[in-house]
Amino acid sequence: MGLIVNPVAGLGGRVGLKGSDGAAIQQQALRLGAVPQSLHRAAQVLERLKPIKDELMLYTYPAEMGEEAAKRCSLDHTVIGSIVAGQTTAADTARAAREMQRLRVDLLLFAGGDGTARDITDAIDDTLLVLGIPTGVKMQSAVFAVSPISAGDLALASLQGRIRREREAEVMDIDEDALRQGIVTAKLYGYLRVPHEDRLVQGAKTPSSGRDKVAMETIALQIIDHMEDEPLYIVGPGTTTRAILSKLGLDKTLIGVDVVWKDKLLASDVNEAQLLNLLEGRTSRIIVTPIGGQGYLFGRGNQQISPKIIKQVGKANIIVVATPEKMDALRGRPFLVDTGDPETDRWLSGYTRVVCGYGEYSIYKISYAGEN
Amino acid sequence: MQNITEKRYTDGRPNLRRFHQAKWDEPIIFELSNPGERGILPPAVEDGIRDAVGNVASALPDMLRRKTPLDLPEMAQPQVVRHYMRLSQENLGLDLNIDIGQGTCTMKYSPKINEQLARTPQITELHPLQPEETVQGILEIMYKFEQILKEISGLDRFSLQLGAGSAAIYAAASIIRAYHAARGDTGQRDEIITTIFSHPSDAACAKTAGFNVITLYPDDDGYPDLNALKEAVSERTAGLMTANPEDTGIFNPRIAKFVDVVHKAGGLCFYDQANANGVLGITRAREAGFDLCHFNLHKTFSTPHGCGGPGAGALGVIEALSPFLPTPLVAYAGNRYYLDHNRPQSIGKVRAFYGVVPAVLKAYAWVMSLGAEGLKEVSKTAVLNNNYLLKKMLEIPGVSAPYAKGKRRIEQVRYSWEKLCKETGVHSEEIGLRAADFGVHYWTSHHPFIVPEPCTLEPTESFSKADLDEYVEILKHVAHEAYTDSDRVKTAPHNSTVHRTDQAPFDDPSQWAITWRAYLKKTERDKKG
Repeated sequence: MGLIVNPVAGLGGRVGLKGSDGAAIQQQALRLGAVPQSLHRAAQVLERLKPIKDELMLYTYPAEMGEEAAKRCSLDHTVIGSIVAGQTTAADTARAAREMQRLRVDLLLFAGGDGTARDITDAIDDTLLVLGIPTGVKMQSAVFAVSPISAGDLALASLQGRIRREREAEVMDIDEDALRQGIVTAKLYGYLRVPHEDRLVQGAKTPSSGRDKVAMETIALQIIDHMEDEPLYIVGPGTTTRAILSKLGLDKTLIGVDVVWKDKLLASDVNEAQLLNLLEGRTSRIIVTPIGGQGYLFGRGNQQISPKIIKQVGKANIIVVATPEKMDALRGRPFLVDTGDPETDRWLSGYTRVVCGYGEYSIYKISYAGEN
Repeated sequence: MQNITEKRYTDGRPNLRRFHQAKWDEPIIFELSNPGERGILPPAVEDGIRDAVGNVASALPDMLRRKTPLDLPEMAQPQVVRHYMRLSQENLGLDLNIDIGQGTCTMKYSPKINEQLARTPQITELHPLQPEETVQGILEIMYKFEQILKEISGLDRFSLQLGAGSAAIYAAASIIRAYHAARGDTGQRDEIITTIFSHPSDAACAKTAGFNVITLYPDDDGYPDLNALKEAVSERTAGLMTANPEDTGIFNPRIAKFVDVVHKAGGLCFYDQANANGVLGITRAREAGFDLCHFNLHKTFSTPHGCGGPGAGALGVIEALSPFLPTPLVAYAGNRYYLDHNRPQSIGKVRAFYGVVPAVLKAYAWVMSLGAEGLKEVSKTAVLNNNYLLKKMLEIPGVSAPYAKGKRRIEQVRYSWEKLCKETGVHSEEIGLRAADFGVHYWTSHHPFIVPEPCTLEPTESFSKADLDEYVEILKHVAHEAYTDSDRVKTAPHNSTVHRTDQAPFDDPSQWAITWRAYLKKTERDKKG
């Protein structure tokens, strides 16, 4: 197993700085009395791995980037790489991740937030299994376990081969500088492969094999069987929408917006201007799926589908798709819209029909940011 | 003389029961087979009889005669008895434990006298092909039980042919389809609406019956969302299939409005009464305006569940829908009971013959022993038990009861150990396994999987205050362990025969077989490669 600790992750949170990206903010946070969280949290995770300590080969980075956590838990470990202690940067995280990948670790654990997840996404390819220990200020990404303890249990189960399923989880990041100005601009940055404990089916009377994957297949069939000839289909990012294009034999831009017409890919990874051009004089539909664990339908990760485009397509022509597992993960929280235009947000709010499978729908609430 | 009773309590609270499950490394019965061994050796047929009767087997048509002998284990009686006695000891069944952890299943005591009745020769020797005039007694019981169900529900006609709750729900969906078809509406009305916390069979049966299914999520207060329903209905609406109370134990106070919205859209309304145990004699399908409803005799009416049963369902409808009920129905002609097969609009048979007759008999006996007031008392006690348990459960650190916060529940509650899990890493499933060390259990399988770390408890009228206190005391103890010695819980059970099973192979059909025959087929196939 590889372990990377971002020693400055979470620094900005308790002192109200909305994030910890960049050396200046980190210094400011420390001046404001911020106490690093990541060492303690990483150690909590390692404690849970003690049952396999004799078999565990732990690779980590020096000093505060993992070595200290391993020592605190008295776990045998191998330190690789080098850093300038007290002055670590995103480049250290990325280099560590690349080296872990080269070592072909079974699982890469990292303690950090969205920024750390983003750095790791950039550094590695999708052959590496990764799991985030929640440590950061912003954790919009779906790659984190719910707590350090559950990260430890999940890592243990994965390393022991008790969990064999994986899922592709969204890596989101928000522009911190903009956030400090009160503007939320979240981007869907990419996907990481994480171990997926389908705890939900353990001991269940309904044994299921990859229920989410099956649901995506059936959603894709439902959409394709009911596709019309005339309209353009603007297909938002996500693995659920990717399944639709895969069924059509088309390549989907995972974190971008594609346009399909008559079962063919008309344009890939389009921006707002290109979309407006394509829409000229044509009827259209939008296919979207909520992004990340937050339930955002518009305004996070799919800003290309702008208020202007949404209005032009029309509310009745928005097709929302989501697997039951994704719906359940929202725990009753509504879908959210944050398009940047309050009027559009209000107009979109209310109820929507969601395609959850073949001939299976839900009626689900949409709220706009700032409502309630 | 020592006071032995006092020793069972500490500070007025019951001590936890010390329990250890029996462990037998018992082979599968087919592995115990010893060729040639027999349980009973009947004497040879006497010459005179053989001469008179001839070869009995030759009287059977060739097509009905077995070409190869039946593949049964060959064993003597004592081996068979030992085998099953051992298996029975490896159980944690209803008659052994305080079985309130099997929430949504309405585990209640099945009086033994009713079991005895069902085992009398008058029942066991009946044959479904007997002429009607020779089975007037059981037809009378079925007819009279139907009258009772009509009174309990307010609906007009019942079929007792259903072999299970889901069979009744499937038949209800089929009747909804037949009704719209009869009005020439089939193609258009293809959507059934249900709620996410309704009995999952509602969505499943509607889907199996060919409908598209629309699921509603709760509103902000945790109740079924009326506005979402208004969004859902259209000219495509065939019907609403919903439970009340839902599987969270929350009663939908606006149920009559739900029914009204669906009726105005031209749909029918089916009341899934799998959770009827808290509302007998208190609310009825009729008053809420429902067109169809069903009961699970093996839940609410005390006939044991499938594994100790078999189960049985009862499906009721309003007069306008009675032509569609399964055929035949039991009817009364003033001087005799008969089976009415002349039902041209019926959805047909949903099960061979007339239903699970022993279950109907047990349910009838149970109701007759209670009377109308007794039935109401059943519900009042079940609700009281549940709300007492709710209060005690919420005193345990780490437990919550999501949705409709602060409101009372009907007959069950879906709790969550989310807080405890976040703080200790102990999952609901592990709490259930640790509870088994004290001779009780609960299960965590609760579709849909929205409530995190769920635990559904349903303390029916069968359990005393002492039972409830003992159960809570066990969970309290386990929760305390989770916070102080979580490994103890995470490695549980410690007193059971099988500690942990690896559930991952369930996803791989090459690693499991549900019958001996399937096992042989699969291993045979493997050998062939």
